[in-house]
Amino acid sequence: MSSPSDAPGDTRSRPAGVIHDLGYRPYGGPRLGEGPVAWSLFVTGLRHTYGLGRSGRSKVLPMLLLGLMLLPALILVGVLVQARNLLGLDDQIVAYSTYPLTTQLLISVFVAAQAPALISRDLRFRTITLYLARPMRRAVYVLVRLASLTVATFVLVASPLLLMYVGGVLADLPLVRETGRFLGGLVGAALLAACLAGLAALVSALTIRRGLAVTAVIVVLLVSYTVVSTIQGIALDSGHETVGEVAGLFSPYTLVNGVQVFLFDSPEATPTPPTTDPMGVVYVVACLVIVLGSIGGLLARYRRVSP
Amino acid sequence: MLASLCFARGPRMISPTIVRLGALSIFGRWRGALLFVLPLVLLGLSVLVRFLVGEDETGARNTLYGLGMVVIVPLIALLATSGLLAPEIDDGSISYLLAKPISRYTIIVSKLLVAAGCVLVFGAVPMLAAGLILLPGTPALGVGFAVGSLVGGLAYCAVFALLSVLTRHAVVIGLIYLLIWEGLLGGLLSGVRWLSVTRWSAELVDRIAGLSLVDNLSLPYAVIASGTVIVAGTWLTGRRLRAFNLTGDE
Repeated sequence: MSSPSDAPGDTRSRPAGVIHDLGYRPYGGPRLGEGPVAWSLFVTGLRHTYGLGRSGRSKVLPMLLLGLMLLPALILVGVLVQARNLLGLDDQIVAYSTYPLTTQLLISVFVAAQAPALISRDLRFRTITLYLARPMRRAVYVLVRLASLTVATFVLVASPLLLMYVGGVLADLPLVRETGRFLGGLVGAALLAACLAGLAALVSALTIRRGLAVTAVIVVLLVSYTVVSTIQGIALDSGHETVGEVAGLFSPYTLVNGVQVFLFDSPEATPTPPTTDPMGVVYVVACLVIVLGSIGGLLARYRRVSP
Repeated sequence: MLASLCFARGPRMISPTIVRLGALSIFGRWRGALLFVLPLVLLGLSVLVRFLVGEDETGARNTLYGLGMVVIVPLIALLATSGLLAPEIDDGSISYLLAKPISRYTIIVSKLLVAAGCVLVFGAVPMLAAGLILLPGTPALGVGFAVGSLVGGLAYCAVFALLSVLTRHAVVIGLIYLLIWEGLLGGLLSGVRWLSVTRWSAELVDRIAGLSLVDNLSLPYAVIASGTVIVAGTWLTGRRLRAFNLTGDE
């Protein structure tokens, strides 16, 4: 009984094509669900923002920017350790909350270069269909991508603060006071990372053409900061402080610095920080609006993506 | 006069078709939206500053130089130039253009003409308007900034055109050059003025409007340096395009 259906020898009535079961077995074991898929996508995205697991060429820019971010902090720690008694220093030379504002150019370049790499390429080359074919919902994909970018930006902003904190503690600055200020700086860094990543992700999801997304993110971050700092300087000189305080709402850097001034009494780094309680509350609310609004905008944008 | 020069007999320097297609590729499908946003921001800020401090020279200078010349004019040049060459090189459709019996220099000059038009319309004219809004009493300020941003913008266009035929990452490299060299280091180290397009055009503004944005830079040097960058950038771009390798890097 070689053939299951026909009698031997009757070749004409035999079906032309037969699917043979060669004995291969499909995978029948446990399959990982949405959670592990999302976690793996998060880790891959985070590594890719620093060029880990990518070509050497794409490691250059993020690592250079990270080095440039750490360099001033290293110099400041060196000065603090060496010349503490000489100069009578009892404080960090640059406050934790001021540092991101001083280095805003480097942070903007990092976010502008890495947000399109995470967001735009999936849309342009339609790799998004492959991600959406996995057991992971659309909203989770969006949130995971945003989380990778946020954490990468947070690492960039917070690592010089950590260096300054460790250096300051080793140089015998008061431990409790420094720890409090450092934690406040970390909260500020997280808020700044969330605002910047949200805005950059939204812009690069809307402009998927190569190169244009980078320019668009830079335009949004740099032009808004330049405009706001011009308005604030002029508002302080001409005695219209309220105008300057309102203007501070329109750039992530001045906004987050204002929130830190309001919540943690950090030294101000902008000409016109929020001075009254209602304005401080407005700053906090504006920060939340930016983060939640960009998440909402991203979700709305990806709802239109056909799988 | 200029038109008759350009369309004279012999090999033409400008191809109207390439100009038309270049304009389409900049403004097609919402791509040009950013080009409209930047001058609007400048004009909006000028109105606000005028409203806050009245006719004040320091405020006007900070607005026109700090925002206009350092940030907006280079970005306009970058947006215009990267919209002209990079997309065609990216999707390979530039081979159809290069296959035509048109001089590569004609292609570059025609494309840069579109970029120059963008710099004029979205950079120089808004600067003139912003100068007139801020200080209506002294039109020399607006004129100076308009001339300075036109010359500076043309030089930036030539630099970015050369970058976009040299590498596929022209936008990122151009932005880093703008932000780090022209913006950050140019503000910190005064020696950068000898090699900085923005500082050269600031010297032009100084002479026309009687300001002192940069010190110790002579006008002839600024003019010659800007002219050299414009001509050499255009020529080198055309030369590079003559032996263009489509595979590129990556």
